[in-house]
Amino acid sequence: MKARVHVTLKNGVLDPQGKAIGDALHRLGFPEVEEVRQGKFIELDLTDGDPATAKARLDEMCRKLLANTVIENYRVELLG
Amino acid sequence: MKSAVVVFPGTNRENDIARALELSSGHKPAMVWHGDSNLPKVDLIVVPGGFSYGDYLRCGAMAAHSPIMREVKARAEAGTPVLAVCNGFQIVAELGLVPGTLMRNAHLKFVCADVHLRVETGQSLFTSGYRAGQVIKVPVAHAEGNYFTDDDTLKRIEDGGQIAFRYSDADGDVSRGNPNGSRAAIAGVFNETKTVLGMMPHPENAIEARFGGTDGKGLFDGLVAALG
Repeated sequence: MKARVHVTLKNGVLDPQGKAIGDALHRLGFPEVEEVRQGKFIELDLTDGDPATAKARLDEMCRKLLANTVIENYRVELLG
Repeated sequence: MKSAVVVFPGTNRENDIARALELSSGHKPAMVWHGDSNLPKVDLIVVPGGFSYGDYLRCGAMAAHSPIMREVKARAEAGTPVLAVCNGFQIVAELGLVPGTLMRNAHLKFVCADVHLRVETGQSLFTSGYRAGQVIKVPVAHAEGNYFTDDDTLKRIEDGGQIAFRYSDADGDVSRGNPNGSRAAIAGVFNETKTVLGMMPHPENAIEARFGGTDGKGLFDGLVAALG
């Protein structure tokens, strides 16, 4: 069973890296870019089991380690 | 004052802080490798600076969840004072021992420079060697020292007197001299009981006149005066 975790900065938290990426894209000729927010993408291989339990366990993984909930949100996708 | 310094793979300021502790207390601290399960009974635990676990995932995140830090957290919650500097601050913030978190510097650059700090309170184990409003000069060296916390927490820690140091200019003006974009120019914060201090600057690198001044020595002398 595969899972994907997306970790993104919360709204209102300044993202200097995203801003630097946006500035670089402008310099490269992409003036249509209005805002860039950078996050993390984490892929996990899990032993097969009950999807509901897996979801709950993934949620716990995010809260304990994968995301810092002071500044970050997370979203979990479970793929069959 | 007996102390222990926790060392992780990638820690690099352990000897600096060990020298500061020895100069002020007359005792060498115990150096405790993260894989050792036995943390000696001490009056002070120190989590020093460096790049524990190569800053993987987030600065301090991996170290914060290592077994030795579970023990440090338990001791801290039982009242043992903990001093956490630079990467140590990032680790104890990840662990929730002090409020807030440290983000990438606002200008995205590593900053290595002497900075001025305004001491916000002399009423703590860590700052009793200073007086409130005093300005000291100590170095910083970090890429992720940009202190962030939400509005509610900021108000709570300001009201609770949990801010130890703020960045300032030489005259103590905290609207100037912020090297990394930290909210409210916060350079160091306490937990609620003021028994844990997390700070980005390196007082251990300002303890000898020949090397960058002595303004950091007051912190260690104050700890020895408070803890014996």
